[in-house]
Amino acid sequence: MIDVKNIYKTFFVPHEVKALVDVSNKIEAGEVVVVIGPSGSGKSTFLRCLNRLETAEQGQILVDGVDIFDPKTDINKVRAEMGMVFQSFNLFPHLSILGNVTITQKLVRKRSKREREKKAMAILEKVGIADKAHAHPSNLSGGQQQRVAIARALAMDPKIMLFDEPTSALDPEMIGEVLDVMKTLAREGMTMVCVTHEMGFAKEVADRVIFMDEGKIVEEGTPVHFFENPDHDRTKLFLKQIL
Amino acid sequence: MNSKISNIQRLSNPTAHSLSVAGFFAVMILLIGSVYYATITVDYIWRWYKVPTYFMYKETVIIYADSNGEVKEIKPNGDKFDVIITDDQGDITYTVPKDSFDLDEGDFTSPGDLIAEYQGGWKPGMMTVGLWITLKISFISTILGIFIGILGGVARVSSTPVLKWTAITYVEIIRGSPLLVQIMIAYFVLGTTINKILMMNGMPSLDPEWYGIAALSVFTGAYVVEIVRAGIGAIHSGQVEAARSGGMTYFQCMYYIILPQALKTILPPLAGQFINLIKDSSLLGMISIRELTKATREGITTSLQAFELWIMCAILYLLMTFTLSMCIQYLERRTETK
Repeated sequence: MIDVKNIYKTFFVPHEVKALVDVSNKIEAGEVVVVIGPSGSGKSTFLRCLNRLETAEQGQILVDGVDIFDPKTDINKVRAEMGMVFQSFNLFPHLSILGNVTITQKLVRKRSKREREKKAMAILEKVGIADKAHAHPSNLSGGQQQRVAIARALAMDPKIMLFDEPTSALDPEMIGEVLDVMKTLAREGMTMVCVTHEMGFAKEVADRVIFMDEGKIVEEGTPVHFFENPDHDRTKLFLKQIL
Repeated sequence: MNSKISNIQRLSNPTAHSLSVAGFFAVMILLIGSVYYATITVDYIWRWYKVPTYFMYKETVIIYADSNGEVKEIKPNGDKFDVIITDDQGDITYTVPKDSFDLDEGDFTSPGDLIAEYQGGWKPGMMTVGLWITLKISFISTILGIFIGILGGVARVSSTPVLKWTAITYVEIIRGSPLLVQIMIAYFVLGTTINKILMMNGMPSLDPEWYGIAALSVFTGAYVVEIVRAGIGAIHSGQVEAARSGGMTYFQCMYYIILPQALKTILPPLAGQFINLIKDSSLLGMISIRELTKATREGITTSLQAFELWIMCAILYLLMTFTLSMCIQYLERRTETK
């Protein structure tokens, strides 16, 4: 479904950092991939390259066979099929919850008002905040906001969901409710790529874990392999530090 | 409101506070009193009673005969009279009030003879007309300025050189030259050229008002561009990412997500800009637009009451700018509570 071929990315601001060095990977439909690694390892950059929020200076990413770095590609069409959830929620503060969940349906999917509101309410029901549909984002807790952000992405009926540290900005007692929604999604067979520090989540639902360090994929494999019997010393050191 | 008391205010004692309030009024009264006293010592005679005629006055209508003729008939027409005068061209009918004429049937008239003199209805005075023109020009320029500013602001933050560089050039040129010079160029350079082209194509030429409005809105627009740019810059980049990652185009993201949020933060600096616009419109008198300042100057040439009229003029500008800033404050409070 997503084929990443030898991508390189270097940031020059504030100083030169090699964020991605010769990264390749294949993500299959229905797969749940969890990307972990220390901060600055390039895992978020990797994720953000998948829907061209960052452009790689070398290499190719094919999403369903479409080269997303090709200038001729209509990136908006590709993005419409890929939902994204951010660390800082990024809900639209000037719109109600319902407005947040309907606006992309309206502008990108061109759904009728009735259709998009029906869809929005169904998804809000699913993530458990249908009763807040007419509230504004600022009146919601962090966990609720993140669930709305997930609902906003799901409302577009995406083929892939990208999660960029969705629980890192949350208070500890709210992490559970967001992870529950993500686990439900995983069980329903959604293709997911998650950058996260939630090792429990990785163990429980990941089909594959990717460990990154200094812009490279150091190790990848099943959660069992990764957590219990990793090959590389760097992985062992990392696991020792966090567990 | 307790929350608004600063640390400095908190430490001062209440008696000192009320004394200080009294002090404020004392200073104001002293200031106005001494100005008044000074004007009296230079033998200026205040004639405030003359001022109202510059706002509203009763028109005196004087009708003179155009030709040699004869009063054919005088007959009542409602509560007025029709005076019909016949000359070699035919009949001319003047409808005038009772007691406004001193003619009888059969009288002869020659050109320049007084036919009637009477008080007409209320008419807006010079200052009222000037005020109206100032308001009209400011209003249209504000709308155009917002329009130019938002378009320019969006162009300014875009990464396309043709948009970005055009916006930068526009802003730098306009902000780097005096408004008065720009008004002169708009009227005497552009105006002359455009009017000549219009004339050559058999179209009527444009009023100086339109060139004034163009100059003001282009000038204000340049500042609004920078305000809009700052407003857009203040929006967290995550908003753009959230919108674009959902598949919205650049312009959908700007129009539906970024601008509505930016407008809230740019309201206060925008208000300042439009208050400046009202004040800057006083320069348009230079290209013979009879806005408030020009009207005041003309009023003074007839009345010679310079002090009263200039003070009135200033008060009127104050009223306009104060009303505008109140409106904006109201808008701000409304958007805050949302």
